[in-house]
This record gives sequence, C-alpha cells and structure tokens, in this order.
Amino acid sequence: MRREELERVVADVLAGIAPEADFAAVKGEDDLRDELDLDSMDFLNLVIGLHERLGIDIPEADYPKLFTKNGLLDYLAAKTGQ
Amino acid sequence: MALFRMPSLGADMEAGTLVEWRIKTGEPVRRGQVVAVVETQKGAIEVECFEEGVVEELLVPLGQKVPVGTPLARIRGAGEEAAAAAPSPAEPAAPLAVTEPTPAAAPSARERGPQLPPASAPAPAAARAIKVTPAARRRALELGVALERVHGTGPEGAITVADVEAAARGAAAELPPGPPVAPARAREAPEKPSPRHGFDPVAMRKAIAAAMSRSKREIPHYYLESTIDLNRALAFVEARNRERPPPARLLPAVLLLKATALALRKTPELNGFWLEGGFRPGPGIHLGWAISLRGGGLVAPAIHDVDRLDLDALMAAMRDLVQRARTGGLRSSELADATFTVTNLGERGAEAVWPVIYPPQVAILGFGRIVKRPWVDEAGGLVVRPLLRVTLAGDHRASDGHLGSRLLAEIDDLLQRPEAL
Repeated sequence: MRREELERVVADVLAGIAPEADFAAVKGEDDLRDELDLDSMDFLNLVIGLHERLGIDIPEADYPKLFTKNGLLDYLAAKTGQ
Repeated sequence: MALFRMPSLGADMEAGTLVEWRIKTGEPVRRGQVVAVVETQKGAIEVECFEEGVVEELLVPLGQKVPVGTPLARIRGAGEEAAAAAPSPAEPAAPLAVTEPTPAAAPSARERGPQLPPASAPAPAAARAIKVTPAARRRALELGVALERVHGTGPEGAITVADVEAAARGAAAELPPGPPVAPARAREAPEKPSPRHGFDPVAMRKAIAAAMSRSKREIPHYYLESTIDLNRALAFVEARNRERPPPARLLPAVLLLKATALALRKTPELNGFWLEGGFRPGPGIHLGWAISLRGGGLVAPAIHDVDRLDLDALMAAMRDLVQRARTGGLRSSELADATFTVTNLGERGAEAVWPVIYPPQVAILGFGRIVKRPWVDEAGGLVVRPLLRVTLAGDHRASDGHLGSRLLAEIDDLLQRPEAL
C-alpha cells in the first residue's frame, strides 16, 4: 500500500477516536500520543482500527515502534508488504 | 401511577433541558430503558426510566429546561387501571404542541424560567400527603424512584432511605411487563429531537467548580499514599495480550479497577455516601471512572458492579464508557450511581495525584503513572521495577486513615496475585 494511502487510513481511524486530531499536521518525528493527546485507551483503539482496516497483526511488543508518525507509517508499509 | 422525573445526575446538577423523547404515549416501557435525552452541563445524557408500565402522558415539551425532580412523564404500572388515561378535556395537550427551539432560542427559554412545579411541589398525580425523610427524598431523586410508589415503614408510615432503595431494587420484580395496552390517546411522539448542543466546556467548568468547592468546603479530607510493585501485574497483562488480537487485549488499568473493586468488598465503609449527617453504604460497588474530555473537563461515569465483572467484560465496559463519554451518550444511571471514584493519570500523567472527593461519596482513589524505579524485592535485593503510586483521599467524617490504609494494602495484595482478579 502506498504511503499516502496508509496516511489516509491512519487519519481515518484517528478521526473516529479523536475527531479534532489533525494527523497531517503532525511532524514525522513527533510522538503522536503527545501531539494528538492520545491516552493508552486511544492508542489501543488506534491499533485495533489499523488491525481491522489493514488486516495486519500488531503485537503489543511492537507498540513503541508506532509512537512517531514516521515510525508508524514505516511499520505499516513493512507489514502491508510495500 | 408513577411519575418519571428529571433525574439528578450528580451533586452539581440543578436542572436539565429535555432535548429528545424516545418514547410515545401508549407505548410500554421497561425498567432501564432509555426514554429521553437530557442536555446537562456534562453534555447530552441518555436518561433511563426506573418504572415498568405504559406511557400515559408526556408532560414536558422538547427544549424546555426544568429543575431536577420535575415530572417529565406519567407512567401507568402494568397492573393499574387505565382510568386516569380516559380522555378528559382537562388533560393538557398544549405542552406538546412544540416549537422547535434553535440553540439560539434556548437561553430565552431559560430566562423565562421553568414553567413546571419544582420537585418539592406536590405533583397532581401525587395529591395524597406522603411523609418522607429528607434523606429519602434525596435518595429517591438520585435513584429516580417516584415516592408515590414507595411503601413507607418509618414512623407514621414515613418513607425512609431503606424504603426508597428497596423500591428501586424491587421495581422490576414487582411489575412484570404486562401486555401492551391499547393507547387511550396516541400521540405521534417521538417528535423530532431538538439539536444536541454537545458538551459546553464553560458550563462543565462551572459544574466541576461547584462540586469541588463544595467538597473542599464540607469534606474534611485525609490523604494516604502507597507505592505498589506492578511487576507481576504487568507481566500477567503482557503474557495474556501476546496470544490475543488487538480487540481482545487488556490495558493494565483494568487490573487496577478490578483490584480496587474487590478490595472495597473488605472495606465497605469507604463505598457509599455521606448524606444527612450519616454514612449510607452503596447498593453495590459502582466505580466512577474519571475520564478527561478533549477540550477540557472531566466526567466520572459509573461502571456498575465492577467486583462481579471478569477482566474481559470490564475492559469492554471501559472502552464503551470512554467512547460514549467523549461522543455524548452517557446514561443517567452512569452519572448518578457511582459509589466510589477512581482517577487514573495514565501513561503520560504525573507520578501521583491527591484527588478531591466527589460528594456525596466518601472516598476517591488516584493512580499515578507507572514508572521504572529502584526497589527492594522480597529477598532484600535491589532491583528495577515498574512502580505505581496509589493515593486515597477519605472523608474523615466517615472513616479514618486506618481503614483507608487497609484498602491500599488489600489493593497491593491483589495486584501481586493478578491471576486471581
């Protein structure tokens, strides 16, 4: 899946969790949790949303890789075979 | 005949605006059914009915702000005669010829003031004098119990708190849902709902200010703190989550909440309310879970009977509650029923919190952020462990630090045996 598509999927999932969150405005190395004010329940809901939309497994041990925007998109790209 | 009233959704609520009816005249209603949506300082709340029967009349038009306790609808019990429902010229139809209030029009309705009698005024259907203790009247409002349905056992047949609580418990059992009765005069409600305004940060700040000022003014708080080693609890969650897809995973907070509920079974003096100069034990362990809202503000809706939920059910309840707290759609019972509150700062919060009791509750527990710190283990060795600072604020009128200490020790003990939670 192309990076722009992945970015759109993430933004979509986030919109259901934090409607006012502006994923596009987050810089690549920023921590999503700080920038978008996500608590652990929000973060779990993000993982659940990505798991359901993309059909990928995201083990809990991988969570730290998903904390930054770049890290998250790289991880998803690798998992979706791009 | 029972009256369904504007419920009190917390110590800080004085009035609410009816924005949606989910029932029609002539329809049967069940205990626990969501029958209306009320706009409060905490946003739009789905209000449940605590009666069984048939809706006889809707008494308050959409868009109207009325004080807590105001009758909103008349409900005929399953076994009762339909006599009162016979069309009578005196039956007021006017209030239901509703103008659709726009958000801009709402303030003017507020300025006009409520057009219906306040809670203390006798409702037409409850003309007979009922003796009620002040505490019972208050408890009835909290539970949404109509006093005219309560059998009094106090002096001269006065209704006591225990009577109200018994009525709340027994309402479902006493009144099995009868066959739907043909409506005497069906109206075409539910009408189109008024627009929900969502939650208003300014109004919510006022509500928090009122409740917390009252707490600090009236409640002599004492504070306790313990540090708990979460090594075993976190390892338990990690091992369990490893085998599960994301939707079936647990958050550590689930264990904290469950341990709190089980520990409260051993210190019931901390689970309940301070009302009218005395402690009233809670009817169950209904934990208020403090949820911060985007844009500012806080609600602490209750999860009912946490001590009896397994971890998966509790996790599902917490996810559902957070979602509804943030999008609107909390229910009246969730806002009125909490017997004890837990605030959890979470993984990005401060290390400890000294919380303020939410009146009329008598204690509140605070969990800080889990941090890795040096720790001396059972064998006397120095290790690095994930530690959690747990704080308790207690109402000194209702308990002492000795009892509060027992609660913290019990929570610690339970978290060392997570498989038993």
